[in-house]
Amino acid sequence: MTLEFTLATARDALRARRISARELTEAHLAAIDALEPELHAFITVTPEQALAQADAADAALGRGEGGPLTGLPVAIKDLFCTKGVRTTAASRILEPFVPPYESTVTANMLRDGAVFLGKTNLDEFAMGSSTTTSAFGATINPWQRRGANTQLVPGGSSGGSAAAVAAGMALASTGTDTGGSIRQPASFCGIVGMKPTYGRCSRFGVVAFASSLDQPGPFARTVEDTAILLGSMAGHDPKDSTSVNRPVPDYAAACRRGVRGLRIGIPREYHSDGMPAEIEALWTQGIAWLREAGAEIVDVSLPHTKYGLATYYIVAPAEASSNLARYDGVRFGLRVPANDLTDLYEETRAAGFGAEVRRRILIGTYVLSAGYYDAYYLKAQKVRALILRDFTDAFERVDALLTPTAPSAAFALGEKNDDPVQMYLNDVFTVPASIAGVPGISVPAGVDGDGLPLGLQVIGRHFDEETVFAVGSVLEQAAEFSAKPAIRMEAGR
Amino acid sequence: MSAPESTYVIEGSTGPWELVIGLEVHAQVVSKAKLFSGASAEYGAEPNSQVSFVDAAFPGMLPVINRECVAQAVRTGLGLKAEINLVSRFDRKNYFYADLPAGYQISQFAHPIVGKGVIEIELESGAIRPIGVTRLHLEQDAGKSMHDQHPSQSFIDLNRAGVALMEIVSEPDMRTPEEAGAYLRKLRTIMRYLGTCDGNMEEGSMRADVNVSVRKAGEPFRTRCEIKNVNSVRFVMQAIEAEARRQVEIWEAGGEVRQETRLYDPSRGETRSMRSKEDAHDYRYFPDPDLLPLVIEQEWVEELATHLPELPDAKKARFMSQYGLPAYDAGVLVMEQATADFYEAVARGRDGKIAANWMLGDFFAGLNRMGRGIEDSPVSAEGLGGLLDLLADATINGRIAKEVMEAMMETGETAAAIVEARGLRQVTDTGAIDGAVDQVLAANPDKLAEYKAGKEKLFGFFVGQVMKAMAGKGNPALVNEALKRKL
Amino acid sequence: MSSASAALDPAAVRRIARLARIRLADEDVAQLQSELGAILGWIEQLNEVDVSGVDPLASVGSATLTMREDVVTDGDQTEAVLANAPAHSGPFYTVPKVVE
Ligand SMILES: [Mg+2]
Ligand SMILES: [Zn+2]
Repeated sequence: MTLEFTLATARDALRARRISARELTEAHLAAIDALEPELHAFITVTPEQALAQADAADAALGRGEGGPLTGLPVAIKDLFCTKGVRTTAASRILEPFVPPYESTVTANMLRDGAVFLGKTNLDEFAMGSSTTTSAFGATINPWQRRGANTQLVPGGSSGGSAAAVAAGMALASTGTDTGGSIRQPASFCGIVGMKPTYGRCSRFGVVAFASSLDQPGPFARTVEDTAILLGSMAGHDPKDSTSVNRPVPDYAAACRRGVRGLRIGIPREYHSDGMPAEIEALWTQGIAWLREAGAEIVDVSLPHTKYGLATYYIVAPAEASSNLARYDGVRFGLRVPANDLTDLYEETRAAGFGAEVRRRILIGTYVLSAGYYDAYYLKAQKVRALILRDFTDAFERVDALLTPTAPSAAFALGEKNDDPVQMYLNDVFTVPASIAGVPGISVPAGVDGDGLPLGLQVIGRHFDEETVFAVGSVLEQAAEFSAKPAIRMEAGR
Repeated sequence: MSAPESTYVIEGSTGPWELVIGLEVHAQVVSKAKLFSGASAEYGAEPNSQVSFVDAAFPGMLPVINRECVAQAVRTGLGLKAEINLVSRFDRKNYFYADLPAGYQISQFAHPIVGKGVIEIELESGAIRPIGVTRLHLEQDAGKSMHDQHPSQSFIDLNRAGVALMEIVSEPDMRTPEEAGAYLRKLRTIMRYLGTCDGNMEEGSMRADVNVSVRKAGEPFRTRCEIKNVNSVRFVMQAIEAEARRQVEIWEAGGEVRQETRLYDPSRGETRSMRSKEDAHDYRYFPDPDLLPLVIEQEWVEELATHLPELPDAKKARFMSQYGLPAYDAGVLVMEQATADFYEAVARGRDGKIAANWMLGDFFAGLNRMGRGIEDSPVSAEGLGGLLDLLADATINGRIAKEVMEAMMETGETAAAIVEARGLRQVTDTGAIDGAVDQVLAANPDKLAEYKAGKEKLFGFFVGQVMKAMAGKGNPALVNEALKRKL
Repeated sequence: MSSASAALDPAAVRRIARLARIRLADEDVAQLQSELGAILGWIEQLNEVDVSGVDPLASVGSATLTMREDVVTDGDQTEAVLANAPAHSGPFYTVPKVVE
């Protein structure tokens, strides 16, 4: 049952009382029970809370009340602070942390009636592209290569959220995207993932990785579902100074706009030498679909694209090195006892942070340190300005951009672990939009030769999520993506 | 007046050494809530009771700036005749310390809200010297560590963490401890007038970091040391002297002064190296990505400027011209807004000079004796005015007035009531005065003879005796007149 | 910049780890030296970019900061503030004694 429903159809079924929120929630909890040992998509499951929320939703629906998400079971990336529910950021250093407050995004969803099934796994502090750096073990991609049972990564950092939705453990979920952490796992798991414009969703109560890049966003199995969920998540928050005070449009309605008359840019720099032919072919197919649907295709140039990753790997670690200084064993989280304050800090942080987090903190510390600031951090900020200018220039000529989401399909667990730089290359197509703060969506558009899903990315202007949803929906309809992951609720379980 | 060359030097074995002093003052902004959170900024609450999750740097917490703190910084900048930067920015200053919850302090490093300004200080000699202000920026205070509560632990209270501070940095323009003291007092006066900082150094709402170096006349600057968190004007002056002497000794012994952070120990009268700050400083400043640039409107600055109170320098000049006061008297009266207001209430409609003399003389002396300030004076401005009125219309004489003032201080009663109850009206009845004069002359035949023999200085003696005989109430002019006649 | 990664010797690794307050075991230093060196070497491709006349971009957020009114809306929650603390004494957080 869990994969039969989309967020939209479940909502309609609930409103029509064809199903109760409790039944829906129990079905998803059962799916979690069944699949969690294999997938490990969750860090914390909260069945009692979920059922209580479901009962409250049923009561509200019974009174003819209810918000946009009433009774809909969703999962929350364990980077969003949830009041009274442990929030770990997948790190040892936050393992015992129970926030006494609710993030604005999850508070908005609760206001709208959502049912929270639990907290999903991620790369530690959202640093990674595979959900293998979690202190609580890797999440496994529900998809498998045809005829093989090699465990694949779900992408990251929001891999738990993507895997949960793909496998039918949740109708939708939240993620955060700093350099591709929503779009890349969506592509790897064959679902839709949307990174809104920087400032569209509040970062209040979201454990910070890189503050100038972090942005919460939705995962779901359809474009319309992500639009529905984003409508609930988004909105101005006076508690986040970078949150923007603009009304939230009807994103779901925008999904039905079509692309007739739109100009879609194809950035030539996204053609890379090593790109697999299947991805190149899928991209070409995507272009054809949009043209057939009435869009005008325009060749555009984003000349600084190739510098996006290097820029990102200066800016993000620099901010992270500062953001993660608060994990010092004094006010919350892990503490390794010591006889002197410096030992306390150093031992606690050595024990609390995993290898990737440690690497990024050290890189970030280095690029900000005396004598290196200008050469690295300041330089990266200037290149960042150029990358933003690339997008601004392109968006004078086109309404949206179409690119592949990731340079490969899901790879095997342990495949890229030795070389951090190889792992970083996963985000080559998603990072530029993060750097520029523009919105992007990944829509499942096809499968590779092994039967693994591949996504196409649509990138839009600042605060023009509506066009992104419109283009994404047209791709979705044209692609008629119907492949199913190997590990899922309906597979005879 | 132009700035005279300083004559303050430290005599070393190799000759005189000049001091170079710069001050970084941390002034707590007067506001209800903290700079980036809604927790109270009030002093003296129970430990950790005024802490938001933002102040304690909990995961996911974000700063939102307090408009009033920005306004206070702008007002202070205007009071220092400084440039106001319409675009400024917040940076993170990264370092680890137990009372710095985030592991960074939000401060303004590269782009402060207030640029160059000036403070004019007045010295003992009456000379006025302008001291340059380099900048003023907004930043967060840290929490408080207590190291003496437990044998093996330090205790951390975050009530102060996140309270707004203005850091006001001077140019290295001061050359003597006196100038440093005058600078601090003047800065405090200006901020108290503006209502932007209460200047209470005991409660830590104003603290000074003192940069001191020494050099031979005409040399470029030598290495300086920073003495952290000195909490009184007197200690600042002492610390400068002690630190300068220490540096002179090092240089003269052929050593090298090491740039470092030091603490002043008032009980020993010396500075010592701060162990906790020995780590190499590398604050890794960078723009705080949680905060966008702070952009303020010129119209808002102008609006704030229109509502500024009259500042001490302007008030002093006005007191001098409007009331005919000498510079020194005017300077003392404007030191505190409350004193200046009190003075103006007394002087209004009266002789300003006489009012100033009485305030600076018997009135302040009386307050001092009672250990009171002008705010809790038992005699109001109206009361003091009443006394001056009795003096002016010759109801009492000056000598009796002093007595009445004392009584007013003690009882809080009005001058008129005291004069009536104690029968202190001055005697202008010439018959009574003549009688007293006759009596005194008769009682002092030998002094009278000496006077007549030419010892005219004895006139004063006779005046005194007559006044004494009249219990001090004789009209002095009439007493003089009568004596002159009869002698 | 090209000289920068060359400067990442073991002492530099230890220096930044010290700044970041992360204890390194001796055997970690060599590995981090090569990992960080590789990352920094890769980052140096930014040398190719001509950034003359370009203003650094710190944030892509909307132009200006909005301000909060000066009202006390928070605090008075000592228990919640201390609830997650690994150690506290009465209303205070505690750390190993610091000598100033
Ligand atoms: Mg300082
Ligand atoms: Zn400061």
